[in-house]
Amino acid sequence: MAVGETFPNARPGWLAERTGLAAARQGDRAALARSLILLLALVLGVTVLGSLATGPITVPVLDLLPHVPKLFTAEELPASVSMRDWVVVTEIRLPRVVLGALIGAALAVSGAVMQGLFRNSLADPGIVGVSAGAGLGAALFIVLGNAALAPVMAVLGIYAVPIAAFAGGLINTLLLYRIGTRGGFTSVATLLLAGIALGALTGAATGLLVYVADDQELRDLQFWGLGSLAGANWEKVASAAPIILAMLFATPFLARGLNALTLGEAAAAHIGIRVQRLKNISILLVAAATGASVAVSGGIGFVGIVVPHLLRLTIGPDHRFLLPAAALLGAILLIAADTLARTIVAPAELPIGIITAFAGAPFFLWILLKNRGLSGL
Amino acid sequence: MTALARSHETPVCEDPASRFLSVGDVSVSIGRAGIVRSVSFTAQAGELLAIIGPSGSGKTTLLKAITGERSYSGRIELAGRDVRATSPEDQAEIRGVLPQASHLSFPLTVAEVIGLGLLDLRAGRPARAGRIADALHKVGLSGFEGRTYQDLSGGEQQRVQLARVLCQVWEPVSKDGVPRWLFLDEPVSSLDIKHQYQIMALAADYARRGGGVVSVMHDLNLTARFADKVAIMKQGRLLDHGPVENMLESRKLSETFEAELDVIRSGDSIHVLCRE
Repeated sequence: MAVGETFPNARPGWLAERTGLAAARQGDRAALARSLILLLALVLGVTVLGSLATGPITVPVLDLLPHVPKLFTAEELPASVSMRDWVVVTEIRLPRVVLGALIGAALAVSGAVMQGLFRNSLADPGIVGVSAGAGLGAALFIVLGNAALAPVMAVLGIYAVPIAAFAGGLINTLLLYRIGTRGGFTSVATLLLAGIALGALTGAATGLLVYVADDQELRDLQFWGLGSLAGANWEKVASAAPIILAMLFATPFLARGLNALTLGEAAAAHIGIRVQRLKNISILLVAAATGASVAVSGGIGFVGIVVPHLLRLTIGPDHRFLLPAAALLGAILLIAADTLARTIVAPAELPIGIITAFAGAPFFLWILLKNRGLSGL
Repeated sequence: MTALARSHETPVCEDPASRFLSVGDVSVSIGRAGIVRSVSFTAQAGELLAIIGPSGSGKTTLLKAITGERSYSGRIELAGRDVRATSPEDQAEIRGVLPQASHLSFPLTVAEVIGLGLLDLRAGRPARAGRIADALHKVGLSGFEGRTYQDLSGGEQQRVQLARVLCQVWEPVSKDGVPRWLFLDEPVSSLDIKHQYQIMALAADYARRGGGVVSVMHDLNLTARFADKVAIMKQGRLLDHGPVENMLESRKLSETFEAELDVIRSGDSIHVLCRE
C-alpha cells in the first residue's frame, strides 16, 4: 500500500508535501487534485500556443501574444507584425482552438457528470446514444433547414442547430434513464444495450434524412457525422460557447451531490441531497452541452470516457476536482488531437472523430477488460 | 440500565415533542402487497429501540418509510416534525441512516467516504481530518484513512459506513437541545462477534448520551444485551412493543418466529436459545 505504511519512519519529501502526494497517501487527495488542476491549466496554455503556431505556415505565436487585446479594439497593428500571420492566427486557428477547447471540455465534463449520475464509469454520451439523438436533431436542421423547417430556422438563427441537437440529446437521455435505471441502480448491461438500441433507432431516422438530402447537404452531413472541427469560425464559437460555458459554470454546483450519489441514491438523500433535482439538472446540462458540441463538430467520441477515467486513476472520483480537471484535460486532448488531425495528412485533413475513436475505442475495451467481473455485466 | 442518565450540561429543547419519533398508523404497500400494515409506536430519544421479527416481516420497509425511502400512508413525525414535510437538508441535520449494504460506484478512499458524512462544509481541513480519525477510532479502524473502500472486507466496509453516519450526527443532541437519531438496518449482520459487541455498544452509548437509536436486529441475544425497548413485527404488523425485559419472553418469541425459543434470565442478563 502506501509508502508511509511500509516504512513507518519515512518522512514524505518536499515534493510529496507540496504536491499533496503525502496527504493523498492518508486518503486526502484534495491537495493532489489542486496541484494537478494547476498543472493542467499550464499544459492547456502551452497546448493552445503550440496549436496556434502549428500548421502549413509556422507562426511565431509568442511575438503576437502582446497584441491579443487588439482583437477587441480597433487599434492598428504595428508594422512589425506580419499581417498574414495575424490573420492566420486570429481568423483561422484561434476560433478553431477555442472551439476545440470548448468542445473538449464539454464532452469530458458531460461524460464525468453522466458517469456520476448513472453511477457507472462506462456511461458516456457518445456510447449510450445521447450524441446520436443530438445528431438526429442537428441533421434535421441541416437537411430541412432551408425547406420544411425554414420558419423555425429564421427565428432561431445560428442557435437552431444547437437547440435541435439539445432536444434530440435530451429525449434520448430521458429514455435511457427510464429504461436503464431501476430503483436508483443502473444495470450496465441494460444501459449499454438500451444505448445501442436507441442509437440504432436514431441512426435509422438520420438515415432517412440522408436519403432525402441533396448533394451539398449530403456532403455536409457526411463530414459532420465523422466529427470535425474543420470550418470552425467565430460564428460557430458564438453559437456553442454560451451553452457550453453555462454548463461548465453550473456543474461545480452539482459536485457535492454527485459525490453523495457514489453511495447510492437512498444514502445520498439521507445526507441531505435533493436527488431528483440533482438528476434533472444533470440530465439537462449533459444534453445541452452534448447537443451544442454535436451541433458544431459532429460525433467526436470517447473523450467523455477516456478523460474522466484517467483523472479518477490519479486524483480519485471527487467531483469537486474531477469536473474542473476534466474540463481542462478534455480541452487539452481535443486541441492536441485536432492539431494532429489537420497536420498529419497536410494539406488535407483527417476528421478528428477518427483520431479520437482510434485512441478511445481500445481504451474503452481496456476499461471493460479491467472491470470484467466487477461491473456485473 | 437507566436509559435517561444524561449529563446536566446537555441542553434540552423546551418542546417535549422534539424528543420523540412517532409513527402513527403507517402502512406501506409495494404493488398490491401490504408490506407494513397500520403500524403505530413511539420511540424516545435516550433509548435504543430494536425492531425484531422474522425475515420478510416488514422491519426494513418500516425503517425505510421512516427514513424517506418508501412512500407510506399514515403519519411519521421525528422531533415533532412531519418527515414528509421536512427538507432532506433539515432531516440530514438530525438523523443518520445506516443501510444494510452499501455498494460504491467509484473507488473512494475510506477518508473520502467518511468525509461525505461531514455536512459542515465550512469546517477546515484539520477539523475534518480530526473528526474522521475520531470516527474511525470509534469503529475500530484507526489508520484506515488512506485505504480504498472497495479493497476492504464486508465487515470493514460496514464499519466505515457507520463511521460516516456517526460523523453526520456526531453530537447526540443538537445545540438547540434537539436529540439526533441513528437509524440502523441490521448494523452488525456482517461483523464478527467482537465487532458486533463493539458496534452495538457504540449505538447504546449514543442513546445513553441523549440520542435516539432505532435498529433493525436479527440477533436476539444482542437485542437482549443492548436494547432498551423492543418492537416485534410479523407479517407487516406490529405484534407488540415495550421494554426489552417484557418483550423477550419465551411464548411471545416462539409465536413470532414460529420456533421453540427459550428465554433464560440470570440476574440482569437475558439469553435466547432455540430448541431443536
